[in-house]
Amino acid sequence: MGCQSSVDIYTEWDIVAARQLGRNEAKEIGFGTVDQARITTAISELARNIYLYAGKGNIKIIRIKEKDILGMSVIASDEGPGIADMRKVMTDGYTTSGGLGAGMPGVKRLMDEFNVQTEIGVGTTITTVKWLR
Amino acid sequence: MPKNVEKQYRELVDRYIKSQSEMDLYAGQEISREFIEKEISPEEVIGIHKSALMELLPDASDEVWHSFDFLIEMMIHYGLALQENQSLVRKQEEIQMEINIAAKVQDTLLKTEVPNFEGLDIGYLSVPAMEMSGDYIYFLSDNKKYASVGVADVIGKGIPAALCMSMIKYAMDSMQKEDSSPQVVLDVVNRIVEERVDDSMFISMFYGKYEAEGSVFSYASAGHEPALLYKASTETFEELDADGLLLGVQANVDYKEHSVVLEHGDFIAMMTDGVTETRTEDGFIDEEIIKTFLESVKDESAQSIADAVYRNFSEMQNYQLRDDFTIVIFKKDENV
Repeated sequence: MGCQSSVDIYTEWDIVAARQLGRNEAKEIGFGTVDQARITTAISELARNIYLYAGKGNIKIIRIKEKDILGMSVIASDEGPGIADMRKVMTDGYTTSGGLGAGMPGVKRLMDEFNVQTEIGVGTTITTVKWLR
Repeated sequence: MPKNVEKQYRELVDRYIKSQSEMDLYAGQEISREFIEKEISPEEVIGIHKSALMELLPDASDEVWHSFDFLIEMMIHYGLALQENQSLVRKQEEIQMEINIAAKVQDTLLKTEVPNFEGLDIGYLSVPAMEMSGDYIYFLSDNKKYASVGVADVIGKGIPAALCMSMIKYAMDSMQKEDSSPQVVLDVVNRIVEERVDDSMFISMFYGKYEAEGSVFSYASAGHEPALLYKASTETFEELDADGLLLGVQANVDYKEHSVVLEHGDFIAMMTDGVTETRTEDGFIDEEIIKTFLESVKDESAQSIADAVYRNFSEMQNYQLRDDFTIVIFKKDENV
């Protein structure tokens, strides 16, 4: 694990702050422009979900390194209602058709690793990783 | 991203910038097809373009490079939409495969043997509008005294109708007596369907029984299309209809039964509404058209009549069936 920074999400402006933080970190780690845009979009989606469905939460950015490979982990956590039907949420076309954006399948595609822990009434933590290749 | 792809792209862009030849544009489209095959996303293409330009035009202003970063950002969601689309197409293929298997299972389930009956020529045809059928034909005969047929139509089509149809099959299988009266058959099937099938499904059914002795055809109907009887002696048609509620609506229904005597050359056409509600661009076809057509093929064998009706009516609606299409012909023919 490496250094870590985070942004609390309360308002729509915080989404932009989280994006900015993520982009700066991605740039410093050495990600190219396209991957920077992908990571930032994933952060944007995760932060937007917190803002829209949980009300408040937090986006954490951690620089990581495994067997000499650098990477970046984005962790979105909230104490919102939790996700009742994860299968549905991960289904293509479920959120996108309603115009809600890339949705969870989109975040999964943008990143290399994707993991969700959710509990009804307790909250949701989504951990994602992008490796520098 | 393979380096050679980037190199190939850069060389092509270089040539085009210098010559603006159509040849290079054509080659560019070839590359784009290759990109799609390799699942290279739109944002990546712009990334490749940007790095190609950075080498080819190192003196271009920073504003240009910033604008490319903006364009990459713009393309991210297009890339995601494309990936989602590809995954939905794959899913669609899986579903299609499942349906094909289900249709095969249904074919086996639907299998019925046409009676081989002295003095009665029998032909039938059933074509689903989609992969699976909501129409059902069932023959029951001892090949000597009785030849019975049930024609059922689940309102609606496709998979829900097909699932519901298997219930009729189950109901009919519980009744293995070819001499049962149509009235009784419908009563039994109705009770089974009423108990087991969802309220939103409606099924109509026509049941007919031919008895060799006296050449009597008796029939009952559960809200089904009337059958048409062609009388050879008078060259006229008669509608065979009987009062009775659709199957599954309520438990106790009094199904009326009637009978007619068949003479040489007479035939009965039992159909589902896929036939009678054949639609052309001008709307539903008139019942007279069906009668006129049936009369024009009255001298054919029962199977030829059924086939001819299908050929003619599917042609009328440009070979696009809007509903499952089923027809059974019972033809009194002393020579068979």
